[in-house]
Order: sequence, then C-alpha cells, then structure tokens
Amino acid sequence: MSTSATNESRSRGKAPAGERVADWADGRLGIYSLAKANMRKIFPDHWSFMLGEVCMYSFIIIILTGVYLTLFFHPSMNEVQYHGSYVPLQGQMMSEAFSSTLHISFDVRGGLLIRQIHHWAALIFIAGMFVHMMRVFFTGAFRKPREVNWLFGFLLLVLGMFTGFTGYSLPDDLLSGTGVRFMEGAVLSVPIVGTYLSFFLFGGEFPGGDFVARFYSIHILLLPGIMLGLMVAHLILVFYHKHTQFAGPGKTNNNVVGMPLLPVYMAKAGGFFFLVFGVIAVIAAIAQINPIWAMGPYRPDQVSTGAQPDWYMGFSEGLIRFMPGWEINLWGHTLVLGVFIPLVIFPLVLVAIAVYPFIESWVTGDTREHHILDRPRNAPTRTAFGVAWMTVYFTLLIGGGNDLWATHFNLSINAVTWFVRIFVFVGPVLTFLATKRICLGLQRRDKDKVLHGRETGIIKRLPHGEFIEVHEPLSQEQLHTLTAHEQYTPAEIGPAVDENGVERKVKGAEKLRAKLSRAYFDEDSQIPKPTVEEYKEITSGHGHH
Amino acid sequence: MKKLSARRRHPLAAVVVLLLALAATGGLYAAFAPASKAQADETSQSLSIEEGKKLYEVGCASCHGSGGQGSSDGPSLVGVGSAAVDFQVGTGRMPAATSQGAQVPRKKAIYSQAEIDQLAAYIASLGAGPAKPTSEQYSKDGADIAKGGELFRTNCAQCHNFTGKGGALTKGKYAPTLEGVAPKHIYEAMLTGPQNMPSFPDTTLSEQNKKDIIAYLHAIDSGESTNPGGLELGGLGPVTEGLFAWIFGLGALIAVAVWVAARTAKAKKS
Repeated sequence: MSTSATNESRSRGKAPAGERVADWADGRLGIYSLAKANMRKIFPDHWSFMLGEVCMYSFIIIILTGVYLTLFFHPSMNEVQYHGSYVPLQGQMMSEAFSSTLHISFDVRGGLLIRQIHHWAALIFIAGMFVHMMRVFFTGAFRKPREVNWLFGFLLLVLGMFTGFTGYSLPDDLLSGTGVRFMEGAVLSVPIVGTYLSFFLFGGEFPGGDFVARFYSIHILLLPGIMLGLMVAHLILVFYHKHTQFAGPGKTNNNVVGMPLLPVYMAKAGGFFFLVFGVIAVIAAIAQINPIWAMGPYRPDQVSTGAQPDWYMGFSEGLIRFMPGWEINLWGHTLVLGVFIPLVIFPLVLVAIAVYPFIESWVTGDTREHHILDRPRNAPTRTAFGVAWMTVYFTLLIGGGNDLWATHFNLSINAVTWFVRIFVFVGPVLTFLATKRICLGLQRRDKDKVLHGRETGIIKRLPHGEFIEVHEPLSQEQLHTLTAHEQYTPAEIGPAVDENGVERKVKGAEKLRAKLSRAYFDEDSQIPKPTVEEYKEITSGHGHH
Repeated sequence: MKKLSARRRHPLAAVVVLLLALAATGGLYAAFAPASKAQADETSQSLSIEEGKKLYEVGCASCHGSGGQGSSDGPSLVGVGSAAVDFQVGTGRMPAATSQGAQVPRKKAIYSQAEIDQLAAYIASLGAGPAKPTSEQYSKDGADIAKGGELFRTNCAQCHNFTGKGGALTKGKYAPTLEGVAPKHIYEAMLTGPQNMPSFPDTTLSEQNKKDIIAYLHAIDSGESTNPGGLELGGLGPVTEGLFAWIFGLGALIAVAVWVAARTAKAKKS
C-alpha cells in the first residue's frame, strides 16, 4: 500500500516547469490544437519556393530598421540652418527632414548603416517580390484555388512600390524632391481635377510645407500596416491551400511531398532569415545607397541630371521619357498628353499581369484545383505572354535610364529613346514568338527523350559499318516526370444549330474564347506528349531509329 | 682588393661593370644637363607670341586658318582669349584632328605647359578675350564650400549631375565628368563655355562664386572628400543602385536559397 501511495503522490506532484508553462499558456491561448494541426505541415523542397521567404524576411528587416530610423527622423519641412558635421553643407538652409537625415547619417551611432540596410532591403524586397511573382506566374501556381492569393501578392507588390516611393521622398533631398515634382506633374496632367488633386495632396502650391509629414504617415503607418495584414493573409492562405509542388514520382494533385514544418522547416527558415539579414547587411556595409549629402537639400529651382526613381518606379520614368511631348490646347486649357498618357499606361502595365490568371482560366474553362506546378515549357502561350510582359517592363526600365545608356555605351540619347519607342511595341511580339518556339522545341526534346532515351555520347559501329549513338532509356521516374503534365484540347464553339435545327446564336465572347483556346492549345501551340502506344512501339525491340 | 680581383672573371662581372657605367653616365648627365624649365619665364612677351605663332602654324592653322580667322573646319579664334586656349589645349581637346563623334573628348595633352602658354599668348594677341586665371583665383583659400554647393546645384548639376559625374546631352553629346579635372581648367571652362557649355563670365558668376564652386567640387569629388557609406557605385543614383540590388543583392540571396534548398534532411535510403 505504501508503495502505491507514494506512486500516486508522485504522479499528482508538480509537473516539470516547462510542462506547467505550456499548460498555463494552452489553457488561455489554445495553442495545442493549433500546433498539433500545423507542426507537421509539409512543405516541398525547391529553391524557388524560398523566394517568397526572401521577401518576407527583407520586409521584417525593413520594419526593424525603419523603427530605428523613426527614432531620429523629424518629418517636418520647417526651414533650419545646418550645423552638423558634414562640412560641405554647413550653413545651408534646409528642411528639418533633410537635416535630421544628415544627422542620422553622420551623427547617430550606426545611423548610416541602418539607413543603408533599410534602403537596400527595400530594393531587394521589391525585386524579390517581382521574382517571386514571376516564379508563381511561369509555373502556373496562380491557378485555382490560388487566384485570390495571387491578387494579394500583386497588391503587396504595388503597395511595396508606393511605400518605397514615399520613403524615398522623405529625406527631402534634391533627388527625391525631383521625384515628388515628377509625381506632382503627373497628377497635374489629369484633365479637369488635376490641379485640385495636386493642391489637395500638397496642401496648396507645390512643394508647400506638408508633404513630408503626410508621406511619413503613409510610409510608416498606412501602407506598411495594410501590407502586414496582407502578408499575414497571404501566409494563412498558403497554409490553407498547402504548397504547390513540381510533378514527380509519388507527387499527386492530392498530396504534398516534403519535410514537416517542425523541426525541419523551422530550422531552415530561421537560418534562412539570418542568411538574408546577413547578405543585406554586408551589402549595406560595402555599398553606398542614396547619399543624400551629395545631392543636397531640395529646392524647386534646382535639378540634376541623372534624376531617376528607385528601380521599381523606373518603368514609369521610362513611360514619361519615351513619350513624345504632345499636348492639346483647347479653349484656354491644356491637355498634356505627353504626361497624361503615361499616367494612364502606368497602371495598365501592372494590371496586365495581374488579370492574366483570370483570362487563362476563362480560356481553358478549367474549374478543377491544381496543386501540381507546370513546367514553363509545357504552357507555351502562358510562358510567352510572361516573357513578352517582361520585355515591355524591362524596355521601359531601359527608357527610364536612357541618359546613362547614352553616356556609358557612347550612344546618342535620341537613338536610345527611339529604340525604346519602337522596341516597346515590337519587342514583346518578337519575344512572344521566340519564347513559344523555344518552349515547343523543349517539348519536342522531352518527347524525344521519353521515346528514344538519353543520348549517352557513346558511338557504336555496327557490323555493316554504320555508326550509331547509343541511347539509354530513361528511368520510370524520369518518364513519369516528363509526361505528367496534362494537355488541353481547344474549346469548340459547339454546333451551329440547336437540337431543333434552328440556327443557334453564338455570342461574340464565345467566339473569342474559342479563338483564344485554339491559339493556346492547337497543334501549333503544343507538342502532343508521347502516348503509351508510341512508347511501347518504339521500345518493343525495333532498335534505335 | 684581392677579393675583387679574384672575382673579375666571374660570369656576372661584365654585367656589374655595365650597370655601374650606365649609372655613372646617367648620373653625370642629370647633374650637368641644362635645366629645361624656366625658359618660358625668361622669354619676353613678344618672343613668346612669336614661338606661339610657329606652333600655331604647325598644329592649328589647318582648321582655324593661318591668322586665326577660322575656316569651315574650325571657328575663329580672334577674341577667345588665353583662358580658352589654355583649357582646350591643356585638357587635350585641341588639336581635335583625331577626335571623332558628336563632341571633342578630353584627351592626353600633347603640348607642354610652356608651349600652351606660347600658343595662348599668340591667340590673345589676335584680340582681347578672357585671360588665363592666376592660381590665386582658383585656389580654395577663402572659399565657401557650402555656398559653392548651392551654386553648383543651381547652375551646373542639371548637366554635370549632383556630384559632377557628368550626364547625357542630345544626339550623343554629353557633359563630361568633373572628376580629376584641374581647378584651373574648371575655372577656364566656366569663364569661356567650351563646346555645349554656356559661359559664366564674371558678371554672371563672380570670381568668388567660381572659387566657391571649385572648392565644393574639391570637397565632394576628390581623394580628400568625405563620402562615407562604402562603394560609390559611380555616384550615378538609383539606376546603378537598382542594378546592384538585383545582381548582387537578389543574386546572392537566390544563390543562398539554392544552397539552403540543396541541403535538405533526406530520407534514408533503405
């Protein structure tokens, strides 16, 4: 009896401290069921699935460094005289925003490094989002059920661009002031309401005394707040949908093959955060970014050559720079088409890529869920569209830096501008066609590999003197991977007459859809993948021919 | 001595003797050769004009005309002054015969300073023009650097960029970089307005203003400038920064991602 009593008392005694803490927390937060459901969540392994992580970590880095900067930055346009430690500006009149940024750069411990980490991380964040978006695009990861998450991601990119722009404008230096002036010009070009909008935005005549404080609220509170919410929603949806995976043996539309979140991915992701932070910190330590002291304080009567926005706004600069300076004067009013047309095209460039998933799903009419990724070659029209879009985007970036292209490649700036004007229309057509051909070529190569095996490079001489190269058949896994994709057949309009023999009315949208579907999936746009019969016939012992 | 004579048939003895002989001749020449400097200082003004005319006839007259009156290949030099000559020839832009392209680039000067002074004296004798500045005029003593920065951003930056890195003009012309340009030449360029540059005579930018600008450029764009933060990336602004962020920032991160993804906990093969 005594032994059982002691056993009982031991089991009723105090549990280990860790367990008690966990129990306390679980009773109040309900972590247990949450953790149980998600700790073993599986993530597939591929380097391109980590691009989104790069973005998330750089966003966290931006928030952390940004908080440090707010401790010292004065979002005020009050005019002050500079008395800090940077000699070439001593005694100059400047806004408090500019002088506090100089103070951060020269007189706050670690200030310049933190500023540079903040700015470099911002450039890398948006570049990362761009590449992440392209990965999702080219692998078809935007298909059902992930369309909403695609839009969340797209919104994050656009908001990131504007958060970046407002942040770039805060120091009130000559470069960013020119950028804000550019934006003011674009707002002014809007017919009828432009002037009112500009006065509303700047609290009166540009530059006024308000915009730094306003941009500050937008930059540190409004936009990042929305972005943080969107990012959480984006991640929740990734969890909810589960991650996509590339085709392969054992991988189906109904499973996810990979490693569990805990402990493997927690360790990997945690380590990767520090790697990202490390890379950005090293870059910030070795390369200067936005040296506002060299640019001087903003004054509306001054401007410098080589005034460009950060890269993510570069395509809008390109739109303005390649546009001829057209304007219409009517009844004493001026419509500045040279600025207004680029302002209209600017959102269209972005929207073109954002709406693509919906266009594709309309064309295919596919309402099934897709969790297996496409290889870009197996969706030639989509891949070609993506490359054409990137051609437009990067041509506009060249246009935005036309002066540097001119000076650094000994070209005429007029020639560069004309190249952009022509290539922005011709380029996407050329790259569309070329990409499609390359995709089809790669599909043929895959087909060839499936049917005839891998070229081994071993040359054999047959008894009658003929030389042949020995082909090695692919393994079952490789065969599966190369033939796992499915191919659509073009949609038909349907019979021209209904069951009563009455001519059926075919809507224009239906015709367009059939036409697009043919362009996507007819025999000129995809190589039929090898069938089992073809494979059997070729591998049934007729030799390599 | 015995040591020396014992080694006189050493295979390297001849080489050593030759080296000694060469050093001795060279040293003697250096000690006794007539000093090449200071000739120009002692020649009289008219002699210098005469020398300059001779140089002019050989190197310049084919384009600018035998009397500096200009031709279809080059403008008249009457009244351009010694400052223009000193700038154009001193920065190697003149003679331009070998230059191609939309504008005459800066090259290695092919005339010595003494010859340039003679040429300048000759051209100045053709008609009154802005004279070559004295070193007092372009020295940075007594200059206001901050004021110079303000003047630079107001008058120069729209072509030469914030920090004088240069920029593009129309049809292949350009505003050259001001990095490594002698203060004297910057002063003369402001005074005379070479090629596409407008001129800033003393009535527009006073002597003191020019001095301020030169001192500012020295403060931000020379070996002595304080420009913290690491590599300047050409000082060209966001375009190079964006390129750097894409290639070295995102490029490095993708490389790291590939590396991390390749190191995975693989299931043991049975």
